[in-house]
Amino acid sequence: MNLRRKAEEEFFKYFSALVTLLIVFVLAHILWTILSKGLGTISWEILSQEPKGGFYLGKGGGILNAIVGSLYLAIGATIIAFIVSLPVALFLNVYLIRYPKLLSTSRFFLDVLWGIPSIVYGAFAFAIMMNFHIKNSLGAGIVTVSCLIAPIMIRAMDEVLKTIPIGLQEAAYALGSTKTETAYKIYFKQALPGFATAILLAFGRGIGDAASVLFTAGYTDHIPRNLGDPTATLPLAIFFQLGSPVQEVQNRAYAAAVILMFIVLCVSLSARVFSRKK
Amino acid sequence: MQEINTQKKEATEITNGEIPVMEVKNLNVYAKNTQILKNINLIIPKNKITVLLGPSGCGKTTLLKSMNRLTDLYTELKITGSIEVDGEDIFNKKNDITRIRQKMGLVMQRPFPLPMSIYDNIAYGLKLKGVKQKHIIAEKVEKHLREVALWDEVKDRLKTSAQRLSIGQQQRLCLARGLAVEPEIILADEPTSALDPISSRIIEEEFTQLKDQYTIILVTHILRQAKRLADYVVFMYYGEIVEHGDADEVLNNPKTEILKEYLRVGH
Repeated sequence: MNLRRKAEEEFFKYFSALVTLLIVFVLAHILWTILSKGLGTISWEILSQEPKGGFYLGKGGGILNAIVGSLYLAIGATIIAFIVSLPVALFLNVYLIRYPKLLSTSRFFLDVLWGIPSIVYGAFAFAIMMNFHIKNSLGAGIVTVSCLIAPIMIRAMDEVLKTIPIGLQEAAYALGSTKTETAYKIYFKQALPGFATAILLAFGRGIGDAASVLFTAGYTDHIPRNLGDPTATLPLAIFFQLGSPVQEVQNRAYAAAVILMFIVLCVSLSARVFSRKK
Repeated sequence: MQEINTQKKEATEITNGEIPVMEVKNLNVYAKNTQILKNINLIIPKNKITVLLGPSGCGKTTLLKSMNRLTDLYTELKITGSIEVDGEDIFNKKNDITRIRQKMGLVMQRPFPLPMSIYDNIAYGLKLKGVKQKHIIAEKVEKHLREVALWDEVKDRLKTSAQRLSIGQQQRLCLARGLAVEPEIILADEPTSALDPISSRIIEEEFTQLKDQYTIILVTHILRQAKRLADYVVFMYYGEIVEHGDADEVLNNPKTEILKEYLRVGH
């Protein structure tokens, strides 16, 4: 090995190590900041009560409104996104597989949808809501977030379905299955463990997004009672409460961040468990 | 490429008074820049094993897949001509393709068990055919698992996933699954190519037993397998039928140079 190649090898070895360390450091710093400020604030009161005296200045109460609101919103959006995504992902892999050009074009547009910033979804939904005089509400938030996470879910499901060998499709047809039976009785079952991962991935993305719910779901101190009520969410709880001049309210923002992180961590871990189980 | 001395003898002579179940007429299959099958004419006789023999890439698998229109999955293929099963042209879009496919059981190079239990793998095709009574399904599951000599190995774990079976067992399950829809014809595409010698032998033995009830069309490039199993041999080369006829006749008295070469090298 000549000197130049040796130097190149050494350089990239240390460069990779350095960059890895940098990222680990940044991550550790974020975790430390959130945990050190938020963990001390977490109490039964924070978890079990709505804020008292307004979320901006009121010192009492907790963030139950945001926890429950976020779960309602993310679960609702995940259900709607699933109902839309499953047929689309199966359609791509069972019907469109005969038309490779159309298939790759569809995948390209789904990737574009995935790449659109969530604030654009929020603004778009807001424009539609203005047009039809719909006010900020849990229902509007659910629909907006489901639009945001559906492309993610479709492409994640699509990647799972892509790994199924075409021979299984041929086997299903050879037994006399129609395309629909092949899609829903064979492909769906084969891909089920991978679908769990796709659903949880989309759920994690949905619950953590602030921009799409900013204009659409509103914010409130109360737990929504129906789809027409506005709802608080954890990302917006962080956003609004951090802006408060009151220290206790700021701490509540960090507590909300800890809880959000915890939910997303749980979701990611269960996604891993599902994808490993075969 | 060597010049092929194609016999101009009509393919219909293959039957020698046998009852035909399938008739391939002037079949041409084109891919983007090539022609995969060139003017195939063939009659498949009932209750015999017809072996499609030839080197890799000669179009044997394409011909087999055309027979139950699995070529539908590949839009880049353009097909002309006809394949008639019981007098029905399978390429006629008016005919129900799912019903025609159920006349043929398919065994592929690799087994693809459906993502369900052993029992349900067999029951699946029956349910598609509209069989609803549970006791009839249970009877048929047992019958067809016995038919492929798998019953004793799996009878205690019928409800477990079929994908946990060994590959040889999976291949026999796929054969049983194909038989359960009570086809007239079994299409087998190099069914032993992924199997160990013992599993291969079991599959071969089953084929010789099954030909009393079924017509078998077997694709293979293994000469010895063709010799062991074939009643009729169709030798293909570069998308054309070069020689065909009675197995003894074709394999012992090859008329074309290319088949003589193939038999000498492949021995």
